[in-house]
Amino acid sequence: MATTGKEYGKMAKKASPDSPLIPDCIKAFLIGGAVCCIGQAFTELYSLLPIEKDTAKTLTSMTLIAITAVLTGLAVFPKIAKHAGAGTIVPITGFANAMVSPAMEFQSEGRILGTGSKLFTIAGPVIAYGCSAAFVYGIIAYIFKLY
Amino acid sequence: MPERIGKNTLLLTSNPSVIGFAGVGGITEGEGPLSEEFDYLFDDDEAGQSSFEKAESLIHKEAVERALSKAGKSKSDVDYIFAGDLLNQCTGSTFGIRNMNIPYVGVYGACSTMALTLSLASIFVDSGAANCAVASTSSHFCSAERQFRLPLEYGGQRTPTAQHTATAAGASVISSHVKNTPCVSAVLIGKIRDLGIKDANNMGAAMAPAAAQTISDFLSDTNTKPEDYDLILTGDLGKVGSALLKELTEKDFGVDISSVHNDCGLLIYDMENQDVHAGGSGCGCSASVVNTHVMNNLKNGKLGKVLFVATGALLSATSTLQGETIPSIAHAVLLTGGERE
Repeated sequence: MATTGKEYGKMAKKASPDSPLIPDCIKAFLIGGAVCCIGQAFTELYSLLPIEKDTAKTLTSMTLIAITAVLTGLAVFPKIAKHAGAGTIVPITGFANAMVSPAMEFQSEGRILGTGSKLFTIAGPVIAYGCSAAFVYGIIAYIFKLY
Repeated sequence: MPERIGKNTLLLTSNPSVIGFAGVGGITEGEGPLSEEFDYLFDDDEAGQSSFEKAESLIHKEAVERALSKAGKSKSDVDYIFAGDLLNQCTGSTFGIRNMNIPYVGVYGACSTMALTLSLASIFVDSGAANCAVASTSSHFCSAERQFRLPLEYGGQRTPTAQHTATAAGASVISSHVKNTPCVSAVLIGKIRDLGIKDANNMGAAMAPAAAQTISDFLSDTNTKPEDYDLILTGDLGKVGSALLKELTEKDFGVDISSVHNDCGLLIYDMENQDVHAGGSGCGCSASVVNTHVMNNLKNGKLGKVLFVATGALLSATSTLQGETIPSIAHAVLLTGGERE
């Protein structure tokens, strides 16, 4: 009796190991936490300068983006991210990597139709849906007079 | 002349010989257990080229030239070359062989390409349509990642079922029968199978049903049992697909292949110490394993009868995004050691 698609789906699920959830969560927590601690340390450092608190925070984001860009270029970032998972994707490091990696990758197709058009391959949806969500929330905030 | 036996199998009655064979690989392949057997290993992913696509073409060309040189043939001796790869419009192979001036037949069979090109080249020689034909294929980890997945430097995680596309190429030169060389004795062109797997990171599971069907069809057409072979070698099912294949052949066809089965995706890398998840994949994986390790052992008599079954997942990046299931294929080639003197 030939195996049906439904039966095979069950067989395949049984034969396919899942990602190790608990070790992955622990690594994501530790590395993601470390990224945040580094960010906080930069904020504290920049706060020592004669600048506004908001400017210190902006500088912190810029610093993390710059570090990620360099580590991506040196092929070190993917090695960390392989273990960190959400720990490096969720902070601003993930966004920076999502921009730099296609920029590097598609150089061979030229500056305009390669790097230029493929730059937002991964980050594009984040920007598109992030802006849409902000728009919807803006309307809600306006209607319910949240601010 | 090929003689059809059973429903799907072609016996190649003249036993065309594989008079030259070569496999080349990249860095990760050179760190694997078969490194000594490769004809050449590139120590740079770009192979000194300006893009990964160009690197793949160079690797392909290298395999073909080395196979021809080992066969003692020049390009002008070759009547046809059957070649293919994973890249869109098969540019990995065509760009590699474009200056060879050999009549070319482009073949796409995804990761099953080596078995398909080997079958076609052998049928051409057996039927008398060619005196000498080349079968070749290649894949490159980086060009495949670019086309099918995400940029290389993107910091994502891969699932345990994902396979690592080999940076490798293999080529066989087929000619009329000569003694003491590996022969292609029979071929079976497979049928497309789709049991509804959608996960492009679990190609082993998607391809196992096609392999099970092809193996059982071949055994039934030739009236043989798994024990009649020294090795039933699937091409790139990896860990997950190999386990499912054994389960399926037993359950659906009542055949137990576990004592003679191995998989190119498991042979090419050190599964314990190399970070390749469920094993190797890509056209170049089975092509390089067969054209090094297997052919060498057929030639020196350590193996006598090998059923090589290369599997291919016939998906595209678009079909995956559109939520399609993955149709798969498997082609079988019976390789024998040829008579000894």
